[in-house]
Amino acid sequence: MTKISDFWLEFRRNKAGVVGLVLILIFVFIAVLAPFISPYNPSTRNPNLFLSHPTLAHIFGTNEIGQDLFSLDMYGARIPLEVGLIAAAITVFLGLVIGLLSGYFGGVVDEVLMRITDFFIIIPVLIFMIIIAAFVGSSLINVILVIALLSWAPTARVVRSMVISLREWPFVEVAKANNAGSSYIIFRHIMPNVIPVVFGTAMLAVANSIFAQASLVFLGVGDVSDISWGSIMHFAFISGAVSVGDWWYIVPPGIFIILLILSFVMIGYSLEEIFNPRLRKV
Amino acid sequence: MTIRSSYFVKRIISSIVTIFVIISFLFFLFHLIPGNPILILYRNPALTQSQINVLYRQFGLNKPLWQQFFIYIGNTFTGNLGISFFYREPVSMVLFPALLNSLILLIPATFLAIILGILTGVLAAWHRGKKIDFVTLGSAMAFYSMPAFWLGSIFITIAISTKALPVSGMYQLGVYNQNILERMSDFLSHLILPLVTLTLVLYGQFTIVMRNSLIGVFSEDYIITARAKGANTRRLIWKHAYPNALLPMISIIGINLGIVVAGAVLTETVFSWPGIGFMVYQAIISRDYPLLQGAFLIISISVVVANLAADLLYGYLDPRVRLR
Amino acid sequence: MTIIEIKNLTVNYKTNKGYVSALDNISLEIERGTVTGLVGESGSGKTTLGLALLRILPPAATIKSGEIIVDGVDILKLKEDEMVDLRGKKISMVFQGAMNYLNPLINIEEQVAEPLIIHENITKKEAIRIARDKLALVGLDENVWRRYPHELSGGMRQRVVIAMAIVTSPDILIADEPTTALDVLTQARIIKLIKSLQKEFNLTTIIISHDLPMVSEIADDIIVMYGGKICEIGRNEEILANAKHPYTKGLLASIPDPKTPKEIVGIPGEPISLLNPPSGCRFYSRCPSARETCKTYEYERYTVGDGHVVLCNLYEGSEDECC
Repeated sequence: MTKISDFWLEFRRNKAGVVGLVLILIFVFIAVLAPFISPYNPSTRNPNLFLSHPTLAHIFGTNEIGQDLFSLDMYGARIPLEVGLIAAAITVFLGLVIGLLSGYFGGVVDEVLMRITDFFIIIPVLIFMIIIAAFVGSSLINVILVIALLSWAPTARVVRSMVISLREWPFVEVAKANNAGSSYIIFRHIMPNVIPVVFGTAMLAVANSIFAQASLVFLGVGDVSDISWGSIMHFAFISGAVSVGDWWYIVPPGIFIILLILSFVMIGYSLEEIFNPRLRKV
Repeated sequence: MTIRSSYFVKRIISSIVTIFVIISFLFFLFHLIPGNPILILYRNPALTQSQINVLYRQFGLNKPLWQQFFIYIGNTFTGNLGISFFYREPVSMVLFPALLNSLILLIPATFLAIILGILTGVLAAWHRGKKIDFVTLGSAMAFYSMPAFWLGSIFITIAISTKALPVSGMYQLGVYNQNILERMSDFLSHLILPLVTLTLVLYGQFTIVMRNSLIGVFSEDYIITARAKGANTRRLIWKHAYPNALLPMISIIGINLGIVVAGAVLTETVFSWPGIGFMVYQAIISRDYPLLQGAFLIISISVVVANLAADLLYGYLDPRVRLR
Repeated sequence: MTIIEIKNLTVNYKTNKGYVSALDNISLEIERGTVTGLVGESGSGKTTLGLALLRILPPAATIKSGEIIVDGVDILKLKEDEMVDLRGKKISMVFQGAMNYLNPLINIEEQVAEPLIIHENITKKEAIRIARDKLALVGLDENVWRRYPHELSGGMRQRVVIAMAIVTSPDILIADEPTTALDVLTQARIIKLIKSLQKEFNLTTIIISHDLPMVSEIADDIIVMYGGKICEIGRNEEILANAKHPYTKGLLASIPDPKTPKEIVGIPGEPISLLNPPSGCRFYSRCPSARETCKTYEYERYTVGDGHVVLCNLYEGSEDECC
C-alpha cells in the first residue's frame, strides 16, 4: 500500500509525466465522447464543399469528399488508442513471459530465446510489418497482431536483465531452500519486482504501436476505411491536398498523433527516471 | 594483449544466420498463403501467360516445396529477385539504383542526426535539471514522436506556398542540357527538404540516449579522479565522459536502424524521393509483390549488415571487449 | 612549518530530507613534510575533509563557512580556474585503485601522464616518458604501461593511482583509503610504497582511513574524527600509548592483536544520524564515560600533552595538569 502512494508522490514531482498523463486522459475523453463533441456525423458528405478551407461551420475544413474534418479528427482518436493499448498489452505480455523464462532458467532456454529476441530487435520492424500485412491482409486485428508480434523484443531484453539480477537475491535462495517451485518463485517474488520496470517500457511500447499503426495506414498498408488519424493523413496526402499546399487537412491529425505519442513517451521517461537509480537526482 | 576474436567471429556468424532466417522467412510467408501462390499473388492482368510460364519455371513452382526452396535461395544469392509488375524489369535492376538514391539521403541524414544528438545530449546532460535541459530534451522527444511524413508534409506545404524549394523527386523533370553545376544545384535543392526532415525525426533518440548515458558516466568514479588531476570542464566532458558515454550510443545506433529505415521510407514517400523506401510505397499501391519482396530483402539484409558493422565497431573501440 | 591550516570549516550535504552536517567547525594544522593519519569510521567526515582540500566535493555539498589555508593562500577564496591549476599539481589525491577510479578507455601510461599534460608545458612524448619513470618507481614495469585498467589487478591499479598522483611532484598528497579492498599482503606493500615515496619526495601526506593500525605504521601524527567533529589530535606513539578520548580508546581496544590475545571490545551503539545532529558532544550516546555535562559540551580544545589535544568534556580543566 505504501509503495503505491510513495510512487505516486514521486511521479507527481515529475512534471513531464503528469503532463503526459493529463494529455492521455484528454484524448481518452475525446475518443469516448466523440459522438457528442463532433458537430457533424463524420460520414455525412456535403457535396458542395470539397477540400474547403477552415470556416466557422467547419473549423478544420472539409476533405475531398465533403466530410467535416473536425468530426473525423474526433473519431480518429479511437483507433490509435485501441491499437496502441491492445498491441502494447500483448507486446508487454509476450516480452514479460519470454524475459522471465529466459532470465530465470538460463542455460539453453536462455540462449535460444535470446537468439530469437536478438533477431526481432535487429530487423527493421516497419518493413516486416508492411510485408506481412501485404500477405495476410490489413484488417484491424491483423494490424494489431502484426505490431504486437514484432515489438516484444526490447521488453523481453529489459525483463531478462532484471530477472537475472533478481535471481541472486536472498529471498530467492530462501524460497528454494523451502522447496518452492519455480513458478511460485517467479510469480510471488520476481514478477512483483519486475513489473514496475516493465511499466516504463510498456509506455514506450504503446508509443511505438501508435506510431506503427499511423505509419502503416499512411502508407496504405493498414485499413484505410476505418477512421484514424493515420487514415486522415493518408487521404490528405493522396488526395493531393498536400501537393497544393492545403495544410489544414494534414496538420491537426498530425498534431494529435504527436501529442498522444509524446504523452506516452513522457510518462515512460519519467517512470524510467523513477526506477533507474543512476538517473535519479540526488 | 590478446585480441578477443571470439566476439567478432560470433557476431559475424550470428549475422549470417540472421540473413538466412530472413530469406527463408520470406519464402515461407509466400507459401503460407492457401491456394496456389502464383495465381493469387502474381495475379496481375498485366502479366501475359508466357510471362507467367517464365515465372513458373524460374521459381520452379511446379516442383516439390523443398526444391522450390533451394531454387529460391539460389535465385536470391545470384540477385534474381523476380520481375517487377509495374516496371516490367528485373527487380534487382530497379532496386539497386534506388538503394543508391536512398543512401545518398540516408547517410548524410543519419550522420547529421548523430552529431546533433550528441551535441544536444551533452548540453542537456551537463545542465541537467535546468531549463536548458528541459528545452533540449523536450524538443528531442517532440521530434522523436513526429511521424516523418507529417513533418515532411508541413515542409511541403510551406515550400509550395513560398515556392522556395522543390518538393518532389531528385531532379527537375524534363530539363535537359544542364551543365554540371546546374545539375548539382538542382540536385541539392531537391535534397534539402527530405534531408532536413529525416535528420529532425532521427536526432531525438540520439539526444535521449546520449543524455542518459552521459548522466550515468558523470556519476562514475573516474570522473572524480579526472577532476582531482586538474582537468577543466572541457577536458572532463570531451576526454573522459563523452568517449565512455558514446559506447552505448554505438550499440543503440545499431539496434535502432529499424527506426532509421522507417523514417527513410516515410520521408521518401512524401517527397517522392526515388529511393528504396519510395519503391516500397510504389509496390504497395500498385500491388507489385515481386518489387515489395525484393525491397524487403534488400532493406532487411542491409540493416543486418549495418548492425554487424556497428557491433564490430563497438568491439573495436571498447578495450574491455577487444582485449582479454 | 605549517603547510595546511584549516579554520572553522563547516560542510553540509543537501539531501531529500534536509541538511546533513558532514563537517562541523573543524580546525587543524598540518606541518610540511609530515605524514598525518586522518582516522574515523564511515560518516566521520574524513573523506569530506579530503575532498574539501581539493574542492572537489559533490554538487550536493556546500562549504558553509571556514578557511582552508594552503601555503598561505585560502583556497576557498580562489576562483575555479585558479583551483584547477592547483589540483593535480600542488595537491594530489590518491583514490581507491581497486574501485572504478581509472578511465576504462584510456591506457595506463596516458592516464598517468595526464596531470603532466594538463599542468606542464611539455610534449606528450616527454610526459609519457616521465609517466613511465614513475610507473617503474612504484613497481610497474613496461608490461603494464600500455595496458588498460581492466587488465590489471586491484593492487596494480592502486600503484597506478599512486604514480598518477606523484607524477607532477606535488607538495601535498592525500590518500583516501589507499589500502581498502586489497588483500593484507598487498596492503602492506602499498603502505610501504607510500612511505618510501613520501620520504624520497618530502611529500606532505594525509592518509584518510578507518584502519588505525595500518595508518599507525607510517603516520607521524594522527587525527581521530567522529560524527563530523575532531576527537583527538596527537603524535602517533602518543595516541597509541596514551589515548585520551573515549572513542579513540574504544578504537584501540577493538583492534585484534595476534600476539596478545585479549577480549575484543567493540564500541556499542550505532553511528549517529547527522541529519539532525545532537547538540553537545556527538559521541555522547555511545560513550561509556559520558556525563550529563557532555550534552552541553561545545568542543573546547584541551591540551593534554606535547602536541596532544583532545576535544572531550571529560578533560575540562586538565590543561592545568599538562606541561
